[in-house]
Amino acid sequence: MTDTLDRAPAPERGAARPGLAGRLLGHQLLWPVLAIIVMLVIDVIANPSFLDVRIQDGHLYGNVIDIARNSAPVMLVALGMTLVIATRGIDLSVGAVAAIAAAVACTRIVESADEGAASATILASTTALAVCVLLGVWNGFLVSVLGIQPIIATLVLMVAGRGLAMLITDGQITTPTNDTFSNLASGFVLGLPIAFLIALGMVALTAVLTRRTALGMLIEAVGINPDASRLAGVRARTITWTVYVFGAVCAGLAGLIIAANTNSVNANSLGLWIELDAILAVVIGGTALTGGRFSLAGTVVGALLIATLVRTIPSIGIPSEANYLFKAFVVILVCLLQSPRARAALRVRGRRGAQPKAVAA
Amino acid sequence: MVKKTVTAASMLLVSVAALAGCSDSDASGDDDKIVMGFAQVGAESGWRTANTESIKESAEEAGFELKFSDAQGKQENQIKAIRSFIQQKVDVIAFSPVVETGWDAVLQEAKRANIPVILTDRAVDSEDTSLYETFLGSDFVLEGEKAGEWLVENAADSDVDGDGDINVVQLEGTTGAAPAIDRAEGFASAIAADPAIEVTASQTGDFTRDGGKQVMESFLNSEDGIDVVFAHNDDMGLGAIEAIEAAGLEPGVDVKIITVDAVHDGMEALAEGKINFIVECNPLLGPQLMELAEQVLDDEEVPERVVTEETTFTQEQAIEVLPDRKY
Repeated sequence: MTDTLDRAPAPERGAARPGLAGRLLGHQLLWPVLAIIVMLVIDVIANPSFLDVRIQDGHLYGNVIDIARNSAPVMLVALGMTLVIATRGIDLSVGAVAAIAAAVACTRIVESADEGAASATILASTTALAVCVLLGVWNGFLVSVLGIQPIIATLVLMVAGRGLAMLITDGQITTPTNDTFSNLASGFVLGLPIAFLIALGMVALTAVLTRRTALGMLIEAVGINPDASRLAGVRARTITWTVYVFGAVCAGLAGLIIAANTNSVNANSLGLWIELDAILAVVIGGTALTGGRFSLAGTVVGALLIATLVRTIPSIGIPSEANYLFKAFVVILVCLLQSPRARAALRVRGRRGAQPKAVAA
Repeated sequence: MVKKTVTAASMLLVSVAALAGCSDSDASGDDDKIVMGFAQVGAESGWRTANTESIKESAEEAGFELKFSDAQGKQENQIKAIRSFIQQKVDVIAFSPVVETGWDAVLQEAKRANIPVILTDRAVDSEDTSLYETFLGSDFVLEGEKAGEWLVENAADSDVDGDGDINVVQLEGTTGAAPAIDRAEGFASAIAADPAIEVTASQTGDFTRDGGKQVMESFLNSEDGIDVVFAHNDDMGLGAIEAIEAAGLEPGVDVKIITVDAVHDGMEALAEGKINFIVECNPLLGPQLMELAEQVLDDEEVPERVVTEETTFTQEQAIEVLPDRKY
């Protein structure tokens, strides 16, 4: 699985480690995975039954299942973001796009003739995702055709999009009553949460499309140098355009799941700041913000790390006033551990403390 | 060249807007009608929309001419609106400040122009209280107390698992927001009357359904014997209901739920028996506002702080009043 999703990581400079242990130690996902494990251990110490999973109404129920389920929106948004970042871009509008998708879907369901019908959900969700395609086309147009800096180009929709979502919902919290829609977030198949399966399915699809074809390499080529790749015959503009559309569709799916989770859409708060969580997941996963390299497996781990963190905060009883601080502390710790330079600095210091002579010699 | 054209065009627009503003105030030249300028925060929730509707309706009923401005959640828009009210020489200005600070300069201008200012819903943080006549709004501490008092009175029924202790989990509003701080404080002081009642866990759900649901999911897994949920607004309570149902428990029966606000969806859940008690946070302060404005303009003494008339709802009362609720 890891092989399909992830390329062999670039070996650490100056450290030739052929063995399995060495490969593991040098792997960029080691630290985020360790961070998840450490957090789970802390959770279990605080609350011994934390990892318990039981059968409830025919499906699995427990903290771990909740973490998987709640990680789905960030995972989807981060998935789209990974490809956008790989082309050296960034998409700040994903939160607003999620809100628009949710707003479109919920208002369509409420307005449909038979509010509870499965067909209403299918129709509404399709419409919502079609709208997302248009929004992605808009972002891609600004970036790839007009050549506007991605951070500015997507800022337009980030600001305007929420207004658009408010307009669609009339500024009200819209609450559809539809079991099919609700199942998007709260439903289970074979005991597993549907939301998580949707997210994993999208990741798998993307992995096949980018790693089993040349697409992934082309995306990376554009990220390394758009001009050079264009001169080499890569359709840089089309590729850039496509990743923004893909990013918007992923954000739209995430928006649908968030709305389905509470059977409501609040255009003000839905998906607020999810772009930052997504960028964080991507970066923790080892995709460079400078583009040219991406890791889908890393993004999955990053999203799981964020979901675990979000669950750990109330579970071990961090007070509300301190929870952002706690989150920032964990994030900076993971980032520092991941940075070869920071690790090297720590190592040198440690050696110096133990054997001062060795350094002098 | 292009720049100049754009500048000229925008200046033209501004002057047209100004002219339109002038003609508006000229039209209201007949002096017997009171002109009120109202600068609203925005339209961020159903609560706020109901608040706006109430002010518009009661202005019409009271025979006021209302100049309404929506700040879309931005302080600079609100300051601009207040300045334009001053220029239009309205009789009285009312507004719900977006944030607490930074109002001294514009309120000073209003004072110099001899236009009285009434704050609604939210307070400003200014040392000079002479800048405004009065503040009309909810007492959030009192709301928390009402919620706590109901729990103390119904302590026997609320001990769901019958172990003698009543374990309360609290879903807080946005950290640092006045309603969140004050409601928690009021609730804590009220439940101090009964040593069996204890808040065992408390975490912010950001006033949203999604936040309320995720925090409640976690509490259901980490806390033993939860008897009561106290949510700082209806939306978080509605999120908690979903989490409780997903855990295979019956909200309102296996876990008692107390919330604040009384918006429509919350009242429906109360009528269905999924919520046990709601403390109202009343957005319909239009009639009181008009009354206060008239008193201020007649040079009557008004108290510095006027609390909105608010009530509480039990499940029976919710069924009764639900058909007539405006929001």
